[in-house]
Amino acid sequence: MELVVNQTHYRLQLDPNSLLLWVLRDELELTGSKYGCGEGHCGACTVLIDGAPVRSCITPVSKVAGKDITTIEGLAQNGRLHPLQEAFIQADAMQCGYCTPGMILSGVGLLKKTPHPSEPEIRRALEGNVCRCGTYPRIVAAMQMAEKAMNGGQHA
Amino acid sequence: MLEFERYELSTGPAYRFDLERRDLFKLLGGGLLFVLFFDGEAIAQESGRTQGFRADARPAELAAWLHIAEDGTVTIYTGKVEVGQNARTALTQAVAEELHAPINSIKLVMGDTDLTPYDMGTFGSRTTPTMAPQLKKVGAAARETLIDLAAGKWKVDRKSISVVDGKVKNSATGEAIGFGELTHGQKLMKTVDGATVTPADKWTLAGTSVTKVNAREIVTGAHRYTTDIARPGMLFGRVLRPSAFNAKLESLDTKKASSIPGLVIVHDGDFVGVTAPDELTLSNAITALIPIWKSDAQPSSKDLFAYLKSHPAQSRGGGGRPSPEQGSLQKGLESSDHKLDSTYTVAYIAHTPLEPRAAVADWNNGKVTVWTGTQRPFGVRSELAEAFKIPEDRVRVIVPDTGSGYGGKHTGEVAIEAARLAQAAKKPVKVIWTREEEFTWAYFRPAGVIDIRSGATKDGLITAWEFHNYNSGPSGIETPYDIVNHKIEFHPTDSPLRQGSYRGLAATANHFARESHMDEIAAALSMDPLEFRLKNLKDERLRAVLQAASAKFGWGKIKPDATRGFGLACGVEKGGYVATCAEISISQPGSKVKIERVVTAFECGAIVNPEHLKNQVEGSVIQGIGGALFEAIEFENGHILNPHVGKYRLPRFSDVPVLETILLDRKNLPSAGAGETPIVGLAPAVGNAIYQAAGIRIRALPMVPNGVPNQVQSTAKA
Repeated sequence: MELVVNQTHYRLQLDPNSLLLWVLRDELELTGSKYGCGEGHCGACTVLIDGAPVRSCITPVSKVAGKDITTIEGLAQNGRLHPLQEAFIQADAMQCGYCTPGMILSGVGLLKKTPHPSEPEIRRALEGNVCRCGTYPRIVAAMQMAEKAMNGGQHA
Repeated sequence: MLEFERYELSTGPAYRFDLERRDLFKLLGGGLLFVLFFDGEAIAQESGRTQGFRADARPAELAAWLHIAEDGTVTIYTGKVEVGQNARTALTQAVAEELHAPINSIKLVMGDTDLTPYDMGTFGSRTTPTMAPQLKKVGAAARETLIDLAAGKWKVDRKSISVVDGKVKNSATGEAIGFGELTHGQKLMKTVDGATVTPADKWTLAGTSVTKVNAREIVTGAHRYTTDIARPGMLFGRVLRPSAFNAKLESLDTKKASSIPGLVIVHDGDFVGVTAPDELTLSNAITALIPIWKSDAQPSSKDLFAYLKSHPAQSRGGGGRPSPEQGSLQKGLESSDHKLDSTYTVAYIAHTPLEPRAAVADWNNGKVTVWTGTQRPFGVRSELAEAFKIPEDRVRVIVPDTGSGYGGKHTGEVAIEAARLAQAAKKPVKVIWTREEEFTWAYFRPAGVIDIRSGATKDGLITAWEFHNYNSGPSGIETPYDIVNHKIEFHPTDSPLRQGSYRGLAATANHFARESHMDEIAAALSMDPLEFRLKNLKDERLRAVLQAASAKFGWGKIKPDATRGFGLACGVEKGGYVATCAEISISQPGSKVKIERVVTAFECGAIVNPEHLKNQVEGSVIQGIGGALFEAIEFENGHILNPHVGKYRLPRFSDVPVLETILLDRKNLPSAGAGETPIVGLAPAVGNAIYQAAGIRIRALPMVPNGVPNQVQSTAKA
């Protein structure tokens, strides 16, 4: 089976029923995607498939073979953080940080689809991502900061 | 058993033992080493031990050590752990402040039982009030020693030498050298005694909003939580869970599972577990095991409150508090114009840390190393030593910065499970609890029943206050109001579910009951709730937050109606003072409650990091929304009925109100912890606001599990 993760091609011997989350974490050692609930309800495992947020914990790997998979490890380019990663740091939008990778990828997915989201649009798009530490207002602020930075055309 | 409240422990002996100097240098390499012993009361609070030596011959009174290596690297060692409360950043800030060195030049090693001093655990909001001052002392002593060394080297008066931005400088000559050049070739160990630290009004780094020190690792996915640890040849493990609490294994059929290649099946008494080469095989293996369990009938959540009141604890154990009556309740009630009698209840709730319990265990020559997310690394080491009947020096527990705890990760179940499986498989094993396991086999915030009887005069003075808490705990049980005649008592009970500490402990339950009841009295007297509280309150610090919050909120400026209500609550807990004002909306009678706006005023002495403090206050409020409105563990006959994120509602983006946080900075007062107390005002403030709008007094947490206030919930009685 061929997987394309963060623009790298992998040929792997896998049971097609294997879940994408565990393949990323245990086979490819990309542990930025987290297990939170195993049922697609918390968003900690979110990755981008062809640019759209997907819950990797309920996605059989066979469904995404050959597709363009982006994990949190693939977001920074040449050591330069994505504006949303930068904004999370600036806005102090994390406490334990366990939800952060999934939250950022859901946010990047929204910004790809809707470059200028309103606050209600941000909240709606991230509703499926849980931050148990309760940093939601800061995450909204980080999204708004990133939107402004990207609007300034600083990131491809 | 109730998690006993450790900050109440009495003072231990102030022994001072010589350290095994060679051992530490062997561990850390040459250079300068500063060791610090706890002083005074901190010993009892932090060491929590009465004996001086343990298996590894390190005195329990040892608080921290700081090492400056020959290459100039500064490393500080503490047994505290990082669970999202930003202790790593706050403690690094504290050291940097005193050492006069940049934040990024200081490494903090936390929660590693081989490398760090003994620590009882990270809980009770103790890190800031006790650990930070200790680390500051070590930092200050290190700075002064570096000055001494430079004075010797340059043969000048130490008065002309200062440490600036990580360099030792001679103001007379302009010469400057790094720490490494001074420490090179040294093997100097110094015991720190009473170093003078910078007062809060002179802080330059502490007291500022330093960015989380490992934020970059977190946003890039590089940080390794326990769940992310991998060891060479590592297998994946899981435990076969009983069909119900307290079930006994009658038989186990492993025939089907045994046909799956690559498994190790461990059956040791009631413990059954499997290891497999990958997660998919592991899931298949667990479902292929066919056990027969036997269990007895057990209580259910629908009968919970009657059960609690009728099952006093067999052993009073920790937490029970004998409570003599103060003044005379009878006289107080006789002299009152209005009497009230109400019962409040709180449900069990789950911490639901987003990173479930996890551990990686690796045995080597009879010694086991376990990486696990726990708030008590040394406690878990003891649990492992006991479980495997080996001395503690053959157990090493390492706690990577963890995906939160909120008081829910004090125990070492998963560490023992991983170690048992690794022992059998003869390979490293990782166990990550499933969310269902986390919802079922961890422990819960205690449920409870609280009865309050009160009397007040018609002009608003409380004359009698009787308060009985069954099971939820004694934290925050004392009233801050000035009441001459009172009786306040905590009654431990035999909890049907396993329970333990939670962010704020019982202070949430006790504040919910007390502050709801305060509103009920005010309503009965037709008094304004703010005026009524102030009338009975002398504590200046509490008055200050109450006045700050209500002023910012605009208390009393807008009339409530059936669609909009306002409520307030206040309290003191763990050295922090909080007042919360809430606005709720009910778009039309009978429709869903939404919290629209929350103003929190919080004061915890001198502020260490304003931005992180604000983040903790906001986080407390948002976490508080869950327990206030909809979180509840439902159970029946030994089963949890809603052990899934899809069935146990957690606060999400749409639940978040407009949050306004006022931080009162008291530079002249010692810093208290802040991760817990801001949670306590939210539930009663919201309940009081719902009452204003809907005219319904809800005396049960969660208040609106289905979103809508109704009479049935409001009459929840034990």
